[in-house]
Parts: sequence; structure tokens; C-alpha cells
Amino acid sequence: MSAAIEDVVTESPGVIEAVPKRAMTLGTGTSLVMLGLLLLTPLFVKNFIIFQMTMLLIYGVAVLALNILTGGSGQFSLGQSAFYAVGAYTSAILMEHAGMNYALTLPIAGIICFAFGFLFGQPALRLSGVYLALATFALATAMPQLLKLGYFEQWTGGVQGLVVTKPDPPEAVQSMLSWLHLKMSQDMWLYYFTLVITIAIYIFSVNLLRSRSGRAFMAIRDNEIAASAMGVDVALYKTLAFGVSAGITGVAGGLGAITVQFVAPDSYTITLAISLFLGMVVGGVGWLPGSIVGSAFIIFVPNIAEGISKGLSGAVFGVLLFLVIFLVPHGARQVAIVGQQLIGRFRKN
Amino acid sequence: MPVTTRRLAIASAAFVVFAASGGSALAQKKYDTGATDTEIKIGNIMPYSGPASAYGVIGKTEAAYFKKINDAGGINGRKINFISYDDGYSPPKTVEQARKLVESDEVLFIFNSLGTPPNSAIHKYMNAKKVPQLFVATGATKWNDPKDFPWTMGWQPNYQSESRIYAKYLLKEKPDAKIAVLYQNDDYGKDYLKGLKEGLSAKAASMITAEESYETTEPSIDNHIVKLKSTGADVFVDITTPKFAAQAIKKIAEVEWKPLHILNNVAASVGSVIKPAGYENSQGIISAAYLKDVTDPQWDNDPGMKEFLDFLAKDFPEGNKLDNSVIVGYGVAQTMVQVLKQCGDDLTRANVMKQAANLKDFRTEVLLPGVTINTSPTDFAPISQLQLQRFKGERWELFGDVISGDVGG
Repeated sequence: MSAAIEDVVTESPGVIEAVPKRAMTLGTGTSLVMLGLLLLTPLFVKNFIIFQMTMLLIYGVAVLALNILTGGSGQFSLGQSAFYAVGAYTSAILMEHAGMNYALTLPIAGIICFAFGFLFGQPALRLSGVYLALATFALATAMPQLLKLGYFEQWTGGVQGLVVTKPDPPEAVQSMLSWLHLKMSQDMWLYYFTLVITIAIYIFSVNLLRSRSGRAFMAIRDNEIAASAMGVDVALYKTLAFGVSAGITGVAGGLGAITVQFVAPDSYTITLAISLFLGMVVGGVGWLPGSIVGSAFIIFVPNIAEGISKGLSGAVFGVLLFLVIFLVPHGARQVAIVGQQLIGRFRKN
Repeated sequence: MPVTTRRLAIASAAFVVFAASGGSALAQKKYDTGATDTEIKIGNIMPYSGPASAYGVIGKTEAAYFKKINDAGGINGRKINFISYDDGYSPPKTVEQARKLVESDEVLFIFNSLGTPPNSAIHKYMNAKKVPQLFVATGATKWNDPKDFPWTMGWQPNYQSESRIYAKYLLKEKPDAKIAVLYQNDDYGKDYLKGLKEGLSAKAASMITAEESYETTEPSIDNHIVKLKSTGADVFVDITTPKFAAQAIKKIAEVEWKPLHILNNVAASVGSVIKPAGYENSQGIISAAYLKDVTDPQWDNDPGMKEFLDFLAKDFPEGNKLDNSVIVGYGVAQTMVQVLKQCGDDLTRANVMKQAANLKDFRTEVLLPGVTINTSPTDFAPISQLQLQRFKGERWELFGDVISGDVGG
């Protein structure tokens, strides 16, 4: 069915294994099926489910951003929540204080976060592996407190946060639908809006990793010395990876703020950063389509755990996570490969 | 004669029909989503996990209390179906859970969801959907705003009311006081500080000589105490949560600072603050209260307290009676049951809100004597009375009258 994930995962001694770039994406057939599902499902479900699906896409984008950084360029980050928060606050402040259109705030959030990530990447260059993870961890713990600072309070709303107005579907869409006697809810509009952005970001990421820059990222990931010997500007590409990842995370943050209609420091704690990291591992490090699976894991599994036992939801979640990591250490990617091999065997018979 | 009889018969028949229809109109059952002849669905959101998980016990207490009510036959023959979800104190998760409750589980209303940031996140949504967000478990002042948010109501006295009461007391007893304030750097701490400043009004600038804030992530607040002592203040207003309050009491004794210590109600528990900090260090501390303290021996033979302890023993044995959250959960659940009783057979969202705004001198017996719950269409602050208390020996001694500190949002 899909020719792209035929490469068998190779075990390598490094923390992040080498993922061949063809194995980073889905085949055309699978992609179309996924797209069809994402396009059609909202027409048949309740607004609440649509809202959950929107969140699924948004966290999917954030996990994808981390995937570019870790799976692509081999750098760790536990600070993605900070970039997410900056993106969310940028959108919220521009919408509520400057009265800007929600769609326009997203590129701005992306650019600001890109700059922020690029700058943070500079000192982070000197660090690698666990040390880098710790430095970004510091960023994630500092962020909620920075947002509470009295100095910024007139814009951020301090601890009280900011309430964001939910956008209505544009007039053009509404009038087009009214010919068909249909009406689009805010949730559905926001979902399709998010879907378009998600697909754009996904295509951008896939192409980025296939490009010269992407090859440079992966060369650095696989062997920094060899990469620099080949003429890759290691410092530049490492910071660039940070910038791109932060920028995409910022867009996800902005979308999150618009969908949730509220930003507050408590929304962007270290828990969020760890969730995103978890999503990346569960989805498969370096496998971009896995981001959506990882995102589903961090959204739905806590709910399932709570359904099993209210008092022990944390423990149940822990057990489920342990099972996943123990049984399929390479996450969703491994499941996809096994599935593909099974299909292949069927075809032969 | 036959004509008259016939007329009479028609008239009486008409009367009977009229009376029957009138009667059925009066007794007509009206329901919104979430209520039926046999069930009332109530939603709830609690931080069972995450940084505020200690408060999760409030939800468990409420579940136990509603179960007790159900076992005794329910309310007007209807059983309460209490659906409580975990949001981990994370606002985006609260939005998800609130939408799940309203749109998927289809509850009649959401009751006692906990925390200022989580409730702020769903404030607009609930009001846009016209689903009651009743008796939220936070003391922020903004919940009392019936004009702009007619579907949201608090329960406990709000923080600003309480600190206004301290301001009143200080202006009367110590008009020349030099006040040092320590507050938690979040919405709760700032709300208290605002109330204090507004209560002192014109004299706030001259009376408050030092303000220090701390973060909940700090392991100890000792350095703040030393710093505040050095300002030479003679009144210490202590706006801290239990762990930090105990530290403050200890440290003040250690550095031999002897200010008039005013401790916010949040940390006034004998069991979790005063006892660990040491009774000898706590003499003369002033606070305000609206609930009875289980650890206070003066309520040992109190019928209301006995009823509460019976509930704990029979229906909620895993609850720790020293945990102040248990008594809060019990009190607020009782208030909810009263509202539902008042609703009768008209279980529409509008009527739930109407009855919640129509509590007249209602008391749950865990409230201090004299404190009553009163609401009206323009007053969405159910409890706005407190009484000052001074710590003496091993317990709080109430003094003065029950004081009202109404503040609107």
C-alpha cells in the first residue's frame, strides 16, 4: 500500500537512531485515506468531538515541531511548552488588545517564536544530549512565572489570563453554505481552518526534511564531526532547527489559544512540555505522521485512565505508557511497519 | 328544571375540566437536558491529579454526600447522577472536560468546579451556552457579577470581602499601624491584597509599609519574613497557603518579631497549620472564619458537627476530618441539595439559576452560628459573612459580631 515505510528499523547505538528520510513520511495512498477521514469525520459528529479533533490537530502540530528538532536534527527539548506559550500569548494579545484578525496573528506568532527559538538556540549550541534537555527544561519552568510578572501584566492579564473571542465562520463561507441550507458552527469552521494550517505545516516539514537543509539536519544528527567535515555549518543548522521547531510550535500555540478561548500561565507548565515529548516518543521519533498518533495518545489516554480508576488515574496512565514503551519501543512507526509487512505477506499469498 | 340541571352539569363539568387542566399545569414537570423523572445529571470538574490535587478530596466528599442523598431516596424522587472529571488544574483540559459534560454527557449544570484559572477558562463558554456554573470552588471576586455573567455563581466568601474585614478591624483598633504584607504571587494573593488596600482606602499608602510576594515553588519563605521584620512593621498580614503559613508562624517566633499577626482564612486550620507551627508560637493570631473547625474542641457537642462526623464515619470513611476541604465539600453539597429541593419539578436550567439566586437565610450546620447563605437576582455571593477569631490556648476564640463584607465583581 505505501512504499515509503518499507525500510526496516535498524538498531543503532545512539540515543536517537538514524531514520532514513524516505521513512519519515507516509505513502500517497495512506495519506489520501487519512486526509479523507480528517475531512469527512466532522460532518457526522457532535461539536464536542470536533473540538477534540481540533485539539488533536493542534497538539499534533506541536509534536511534529518537536519531531523536526529531535528526530530531524537530533537535539532534545523539554522546553516546547515555552514556545507554545509565547505563540498562544502573542495571538491572544494581538486579538484582544490590538483587535487583529485571528488568522493574521498566527504568522506573527510563528515569526516571534522562530526568533525566540533561534536566539535560544545560540547558547544552547554549547550543550548536547541531557544537558540541552536540562537547559530547555529551565526555560519551560521559567515561562509560567515570567507570564505572571507584574511588568507584563497589562498585556498578559497576569495570573488571571486573557479570554479570547472565538471566531465565527467568515461571511463568504456562511453565504455559500446557506444556498445548500446548511450552517457551519464555530467549532467546525475552526476545525477546517486548523486542518488547512496543519496540512500546510505538514507539507512544509516533509519538504524541509527532504531538502538540502533537511539533509544537513540529519547529517548533524547522525554524526556532527562528519557533517562539519562535509561542509555543513553545524552551528547555523542547529540553531535553525531550533528556530523552525519553535516557530511551528508557536503557530500551534496560537491555534490552541483561539480554540480554547483562554490563555493563562497555568496552561503552559512543564507538564505540557513533557506531554509533547511523550507524544513524540509514542508516535515514533523521527516519523512525522506519528505526531498525530502521539497527540491522540496525550489527549485520550489520560481520559481512558480516568475512566478506569478515578483515584489512581495517574498510576493507570503510567502502566499504559509503560506497556506502550515496552511493547512497541519505536512507537506508532513500529506498528505501521509491522502492519505493512503483514499486508505484504497477504499479497504474496 | 332539566335545563338548569343541564346547565349546572355543563358548568360543573367545565369547572372540573378547568380545574384539572389548571392543576396539571401547576404540577407540570418541566425539564431541560440532564433532568428526567428519575434522574438529575450534575457535572463537576476537579484537579484529581496535578499541582492542586490536594483539593480533589472536595469532589470525593460531594460524591459521597450525593450517594447518601440517593440512598435515602434522592431529591423529590430523583436520583443524582454526579459525573466528576479530572482536569489536572490545567485550563485547556478544563475546557475539554466542561464541553464533554455539557455536550456529550448532557448534564443539567456544572457544580463546584475548582480553581480560578480553570473556571475562568470556561466562564464565557458556560454563559454563552446558558448552562449554570454553580457554586464554583474559588474565592475570586469576579464570580459575583450577575449582570454580565448570569449563569455563574460562587459559594465561599470572596477573598476581597475577607481582607476588607481585616482592614476595618485595623482601622478601628490600630489606626497608626505599620503593616507588612506577605502574599502568594497569584490571583488569590493579589485579590486579598486588593481587598485590603481598598478597605484601608486613603490610608493604604501610608499604613502598608512593606509588601513581599512569594512563589509557590519556593521551598521556604524564611528570607521574606526576615526582610519584613527589618522594616519595623508592627502588623503582619499573612496571605499564604497552609504550608507557608506554618513556616511563617515558626519563623516569626524564631526571629522574635512580635507583630499583630493577621492570618487569612485559607490557612486558619488548627490541624494543618497551627499545630505543626506550635501552639506557643500561635498565641494571639487573628483570623476570620465562616465554617466550624473540626479540630476546635468547642464544637465537640455541637449537633451540626455531630451530623457531619456521622456522615464521615458512615458514608465517607476514607475522608480525613482534619482536612478543611472535606467540610467545604460537605457544606457546598448541602447547599446544592437545597437548591434542587427548591426547584421542585421545574428542572430547567433557568429555574436552577433562579432558585440558586433565591436562597434566603439558608444554613448548613457546618457554618458558624449566625452566618447564613443569602442570594438574590442581584447578589450572587452566597456567603459573605465572617467572624473574627483570635487564637488562644489550643483553639480559636470567636470575638465581635458576624461581619458582612459584601463586594461585587
